[in-house]
Amino acid sequence: MSAAVELSKLRFAYRPGHDVIAIDALSIARGETVFLHGPSGSGKTTLLGLLAGVLRASAGQVKVLGQDFTTMSNGARDAFRARHLGYVFQMFNLIPYLSVRENILLPIRLESERRARLGGLSFDAAVRDVAGQLDIARYLDTPIGELSVGQQQRVAAARALIGSPEVVIADEPTSALDTDRREQFLELLFRSCEKANATLVFVSHDHTLMPLFSRIVELAEINTAAKVTRAPSTDGAT
Amino acid sequence: MMLILRLAFASLRSRKLTTALTVASIALSVTLLVGIETVRAGVRDSFAGTIRGVDLIVGARGGTLQVLLSTVFGIGNASGSVQLRTMERWQQHPAVKWVVPYSLGDSHRGFRVVGTSTAFYERYRFRKDGRLSFTAGRVAQADSEVVIGWDVAERLKYTVGTPVVVTHGLRDIGTSNHEAHPFRVVGVLQRTFTPIDRSVYVTLEGIEAMHGEGEYGASGGAAKGASESGASRQGATSKSASSKSASVIEANKRRAAAIPKAPPAGVPMAMPGAEPPPGTPMVMPGAEPPPPAPQAPPPRVAEPAVDTAKAEAEHDHGDDQITAFFVGTKNRFEALMLQREMNTDLVEPLTAIIPGVALGELWQNIGSAEVGLRVIAMFAVLISITGMLVALYSSLEARRREMAILRAIGAGPRTILALLVLESTLLAFLGCLIGVALVYGGLALAQSPIEQRFGIHLALRALGETEYTYLALVMISGMLIGIVPAWKAYRTSLVDGLSPRA
Repeated sequence: MSAAVELSKLRFAYRPGHDVIAIDALSIARGETVFLHGPSGSGKTTLLGLLAGVLRASAGQVKVLGQDFTTMSNGARDAFRARHLGYVFQMFNLIPYLSVRENILLPIRLESERRARLGGLSFDAAVRDVAGQLDIARYLDTPIGELSVGQQQRVAAARALIGSPEVVIADEPTSALDTDRREQFLELLFRSCEKANATLVFVSHDHTLMPLFSRIVELAEINTAAKVTRAPSTDGAT
Repeated sequence: MMLILRLAFASLRSRKLTTALTVASIALSVTLLVGIETVRAGVRDSFAGTIRGVDLIVGARGGTLQVLLSTVFGIGNASGSVQLRTMERWQQHPAVKWVVPYSLGDSHRGFRVVGTSTAFYERYRFRKDGRLSFTAGRVAQADSEVVIGWDVAERLKYTVGTPVVVTHGLRDIGTSNHEAHPFRVVGVLQRTFTPIDRSVYVTLEGIEAMHGEGEYGASGGAAKGASESGASRQGATSKSASSKSASVIEANKRRAAAIPKAPPAGVPMAMPGAEPPPGTPMVMPGAEPPPPAPQAPPPRVAEPAVDTAKAEAEHDHGDDQITAFFVGTKNRFEALMLQREMNTDLVEPLTAIIPGVALGELWQNIGSAEVGLRVIAMFAVLISITGMLVALYSSLEARRREMAILRAIGAGPRTILALLVLESTLLAFLGCLIGVALVYGGLALAQSPIEQRFGIHLALRALGETEYTYLALVMISGMLIGIVPAWKAYRTSLVDGLSPRA
């Protein structure tokens, strides 16, 4: 079985000649929970964009679940992301005019393969299942605007996890939560990932969360491009 | 697809105000476009509908527009006059159903005085099938009676019974007043929004009487004879031959004859010598071409007494001049043939015009107004489509984050494109619908005020080709503008759409 994520000789630049990402090798095994951290501007979000197949590498390879993104068309990467990845953002995760239920259902509505992975479960049952795990089953019909930030973040996690994606990518999902809620949220997230047997790539600069993860990756250490262009003193500025 | 539709609707509903404003801006643009087109068509139709029901207008030899302008619009002068007997001659033509004399040259306080027959009121049509009707009174029958148009009545505050003095020539000052032959208003016409509203109508005999001033006023008998002759000519002019109208005419004649001449046409100051020598131009002079044989006998034959009067009239006024005459044909298609025949009349040089054709020609000439409207419409199209695009674009731009979320969840480029294009198309469609509804609603409400105020009848009519072109343009550009933010949303990385910095 191939690794969940495998990077080799990866280079990425928004403008030619100004590399933001330069990673020679990184491999994440399936089922791992990875804490990816680094100072602001070290290229965390860019790296996540590459892992999610939203950005295309300038050079080198990005393999997710054995598929090489660099050889895939934009459309193929979109389809792959819809099928195999779950994505949780820092903020503004949800479509405000849809209910909690509809937000969670979006991925399986958009992608038939993800739908197929419900294994005969009805939509409603699938939503209740994942919402139950994240402790938001009560809010399924509440308007998004009436939820707290923590509840919204859990809805976003539920949406990322529905239909059992192999890889879950979370981009600073706890930055808007207070400390108590952070750990609570992470616990729920871990449990759900474990149940779905998903690999979790979690980006944060909040070092207090580090001990909860099975593996820690310091981006500044492996990203040679960032060292050149960024001063480490900006750490924690956000 | 269902999902996209639901998303689109939910999203539009969630932004009610923006949606409403965008739709309103599109609707107003569409209203402007369709409205301008409606006004343009309305102006044109109002113009083209100035005169209807008349197949030919015949005047002295001159330009087509001259004949049209001088008769229908009362602008400028006719190139000359036509002999009354020429009209009577053409009346015998088998293709001719009726003729109406039209005599100009006098005025009343700036309004044109038209000498005509009773058939005029019956035959004249404006707009689609508008007939002349009276707000008060009836047609002018006796030579002292006048009918006034709506504007005349309004401006001069005249009603039935008001005495009227006609001026020779078109200006009030310095020309002779026919004070010796006063008229009295017997009828006020309903508003038509045509030059008719600004005219004063008298009988041909009225004009003769005031110009003749006592020519045949030697005795009461002569005065009666004049009125009799007038009546008979009226009868002759509408030889529609249907017995019903004939009997109406007879009744009119009798009534006309019976009306007591309050201020007698010819009072004392008679000049009997001026009367044309009797006998010369007896009935239908030799100038007439071989008369078209199988004619229904004109009504005058039926009544010998009137016949004599008729003869006397011919005798009296064989050389009478009129400005023009209107012709109705039995068959529309004969109008062209008849026009050619009249234009090549060997006895008197005539110009016969087909009003519709001449109006079209005139519209071509003064069409710069229309070109102006078209240019305005074009600018309106440009501005309103630009405005609409800005509104659509900014409402879609505001949703980049939403698009980024959808994209991250797995919506492909086609989904995003379909969503945004569907939304913008939906907005454009709604805008078109409401815009057109606004035009019709507004028209229904403003139709009569506009008609009252500007004299333009804006018809509630089906959308024309131009309107559909406008609507298609709005729809297509609305559809296309959805592509731009869709493309941008797709190109924009998640970083842009999702991090709080963005």
